[in-house]
Amino acid sequence: MSEDTSTRRTHMADAPLLEVREITKFFPIKSGLFGRATNSVRAVDGISFNVLRRETLGIVGESGCGKSTTARLIVDLISPDKGDILFDARRLGTDLTLNELRRNVQMVFQDSYASLNPRLTIEDTIAFGPIIHGVPREYARRLAWELLSKVGLDPKRFAGRYPHEISGGQRQRVNIARALAVKPQIIILDESVSALDKSVEAQVLNLLLDLKKELDLTYIFISHDLNVVKFMADRVIVMYLGEIVEVGPVESIYAETAHPYSRSLLASMPSMDPDHRSEHVALAGDPPNPIIPPSGCRFHPRCPIAIPKCKTEKPLLHIQKTRGHLAACHLTAQQQETF
Amino acid sequence: MIEQKTIPLDEYTRSPSYWAIVLRRFSRDKVAMFALAIIILLFLVAVFAPYIAPADPLKGSMLRRLRPIGTPGLPLGADELGRDMLSRLIYGARLSLFMGITPVAIAFVIGSSIGIAAGYLGGLFNSLTMRTNDIFYAFPSVLLAIALSGALGAGVTSGLLSLTIVFIPPIARVAESVTTQVRKLDYVEAAKASGANNFTIIRVHVLGNVLGPIFVYSTSLISVSMILAAGLSFLGLGVKPPEPEWGLMLNTLRNAIYVQPWLAALPGVMIFMTSIAFNLVSDGLRSAMDIKS
Amino acid sequence: MFIYALKRLIYVLPVAIGVSLICFMLVHIAPGDPLISVLPPDASADLREQIRRSYGFDRPLPIQYWIWLKNVFQGDFGTSIATGRPVVEELRKAIGNTIILSLIATLIGFFFGSLFGFVAGYHRDTVIDKIASFISVIGVSVPHYWLGMVLVIIFSVQLGWLPATGAGPGGSSAWVWDWTHIKHLILPAITMSVIPMGIIARTVRALVADILSQEFVQGLRAKGLTDRGVLRHVIKNTAPTALAVMGLQLGYLLGGSILIETVFSWPGTGFLLGQAIFQRDIPLLQGIILVLAMFFVFLNLIVDVLQSALDPRVQRG
Repeated sequence: MSEDTSTRRTHMADAPLLEVREITKFFPIKSGLFGRATNSVRAVDGISFNVLRRETLGIVGESGCGKSTTARLIVDLISPDKGDILFDARRLGTDLTLNELRRNVQMVFQDSYASLNPRLTIEDTIAFGPIIHGVPREYARRLAWELLSKVGLDPKRFAGRYPHEISGGQRQRVNIARALAVKPQIIILDESVSALDKSVEAQVLNLLLDLKKELDLTYIFISHDLNVVKFMADRVIVMYLGEIVEVGPVESIYAETAHPYSRSLLASMPSMDPDHRSEHVALAGDPPNPIIPPSGCRFHPRCPIAIPKCKTEKPLLHIQKTRGHLAACHLTAQQQETF
Repeated sequence: MIEQKTIPLDEYTRSPSYWAIVLRRFSRDKVAMFALAIIILLFLVAVFAPYIAPADPLKGSMLRRLRPIGTPGLPLGADELGRDMLSRLIYGARLSLFMGITPVAIAFVIGSSIGIAAGYLGGLFNSLTMRTNDIFYAFPSVLLAIALSGALGAGVTSGLLSLTIVFIPPIARVAESVTTQVRKLDYVEAAKASGANNFTIIRVHVLGNVLGPIFVYSTSLISVSMILAAGLSFLGLGVKPPEPEWGLMLNTLRNAIYVQPWLAALPGVMIFMTSIAFNLVSDGLRSAMDIKS
Repeated sequence: MFIYALKRLIYVLPVAIGVSLICFMLVHIAPGDPLISVLPPDASADLREQIRRSYGFDRPLPIQYWIWLKNVFQGDFGTSIATGRPVVEELRKAIGNTIILSLIATLIGFFFGSLFGFVAGYHRDTVIDKIASFISVIGVSVPHYWLGMVLVIIFSVQLGWLPATGAGPGGSSAWVWDWTHIKHLILPAITMSVIPMGIIARTVRALVADILSQEFVQGLRAKGLTDRGVLRHVIKNTAPTALAVMGLQLGYLLGGSILIETVFSWPGTGFLLGQAIFQRDIPLLQGIILVLAMFFVFLNLIVDVLQSALDPRVQRG
């Protein structure tokens, strides 16, 4: 079944809507007497992936694995050291302007309060994007009102309020409306529901699903919560220390997990069903220092099944059983060969 | 398409803005209101000096030199050249207020421009401007003001210039630090992500959040500026005689403390009163803006 | 700690160079030919040229700056125009008097400032707090030169208890620690102490109020710890910051003593600076400003390093 849906999806949209190619970002670390850059954190280390039209691409990983940096690199809030961003087969910097890209790819951040200007009313916040893109003020206000009712907030009650006067869930709805205001095709949700209470979170997730259907949106859904990603995503990327270790359709990622890191992540995930609480050993230790990442496979010091090769040779992404499912692990690559 | 589903935009609840709340809190602060009333009164006195003053502040008479307070016809006495004290104090409000407030006002404009630009742009521009700023900041303010106007010579212009240079660095420093904080917030990132240029982001998202704190800080400098400006004139810098200015009056009456001590101290009362009023208003503004939500 | 001190020192060097550059430029921002400020108006053309050369005014500015800096490092600050004596000599006499005055004033200010701040912070939002806070507002708002005049009027003119001007009998400027000299110190020191008093009171009040509102202090109290124990805790936690503020205030007073020294004719650097301005003695002005500013810069450095030694969490800049 998973086979079927994924083939259908690829046929539907042959060209990816967004392509990320070999994107890299190192943050210099200043130290020493003269504040020279003596080292760098390899936040995102040469990753590539596609985002297909109308899909929800989940990105998971521990904090510090580079998920959020990836999101910011896509819309150039952080400039990459290397790599390309292509939207609709047009390359950023040559035949796509930053403005065009940002109009089409919007972001919703984790901290609902910090992402709203405390001095602007909610309608002014939502109308800001359209106004700078040349929509007359009065139209922009009407659009803001329309969007407010679309995200489930009564404009008459909320348009004139300030961010501190409303709840976290309501603020995140405002942030979604603000993102929608410039009519984007892709919305990056960077831990957007992580700070909310469980019941509020579910409401916002349902709202996101409804909006996606209604407005033909594409989501990049970043979260550390694997249950939520399972609920939302069509495909999932697993990141570890700035690299992609596994990518594939959500069903096969969760059912036929190929990479030992993904397996440990899933093992540490609280089950929704109390009878099926996992007995597996959760991930041991903290992620290693991203300044000096381990040699070979970056996961090998924490990996329960590492072999000597893992220490010396960097595994590449290998095709797994299911179509579109790739994993970067020497062992699963061997298993595949024996099949 | 949008205008088809017309929602009546007029009937909805609008919350009071941040500044409306601040203003309401400020207006309930009795001490600050009293101080503000004093400042307004001083301004009125300065503006309408010709109508209020009983005599010409520059016209003296050798026969009336150093008359005590309460002399008939001379309610606050007469100074060392026999000029009417009350009239000189009234006219003195003009130059004294001008010399005290103008440097802070100009420094507010220049200092916050420098600081906001440095804080928002960061990087090399920030390092260069802020390190240059540190050099001026390395002088005690009194010393820098006196050094500059001492070298430039006496006069209103050189006094204003020196004081303005003194107040730019501290304001730029505060502006830089609040802007750096705001720049890192998600709503600025979100505004960038919606495609706004730097100018628009600064205008809509940065200024509204940084100008308040910078403004309050600057108002707290007015009191210092009043004391310093009068101090320059007191040293023989700044305003030149025979213009009526409180600091200069204090200087020229200094030798009279053995003859008419309380008369000689009068101009200082005015400086003190103005300075404390500005300090109280500034404190009131600060606590009015300190809203815990 | 050592690395931090070294870092601060390296950071201070460009500031110090900048400060010296500003001092050097003081001669050149003075309106007109800098020669005017070093020559009698009736000097002959020959003398003019000679002086111009000896001061190096005929060379380009950067070279002049270099020569000047080299001289300064060798302890040669030029010659006072008014007295014809080396600037260094004039400064050496004055600086001791200024340090005595500023130090005593800072100590008085620190004592009363801490006291008012402490009482206000301890009884936060009560009448006592309001009164103590109002006193500190007065402290920062009062034109201190005027306060000096008022004190002179009361204690010298009206009551005749204390001398009005000078540092010793007969206008002598050599300081001795005896009662006749101390009598001269009382009024200027009290006047000067008002500024640091206000600022230290405000700082201490905020610190004390902050510490007392912390949960663990309330916990200590709940556990039955006496007020005395709490007091010791508060003092331990406010002392580093209060002392740092005191150090900085000392720097401000050293540099800002001119107005008070003028009022009391106290023979220190500020008084000398006043004379330099009055006589347009630019080399003297330049020398005093340079010494006082450098004093301030390095005092700042020392306070910073000491503070970080006392409390490693505080590493400014």
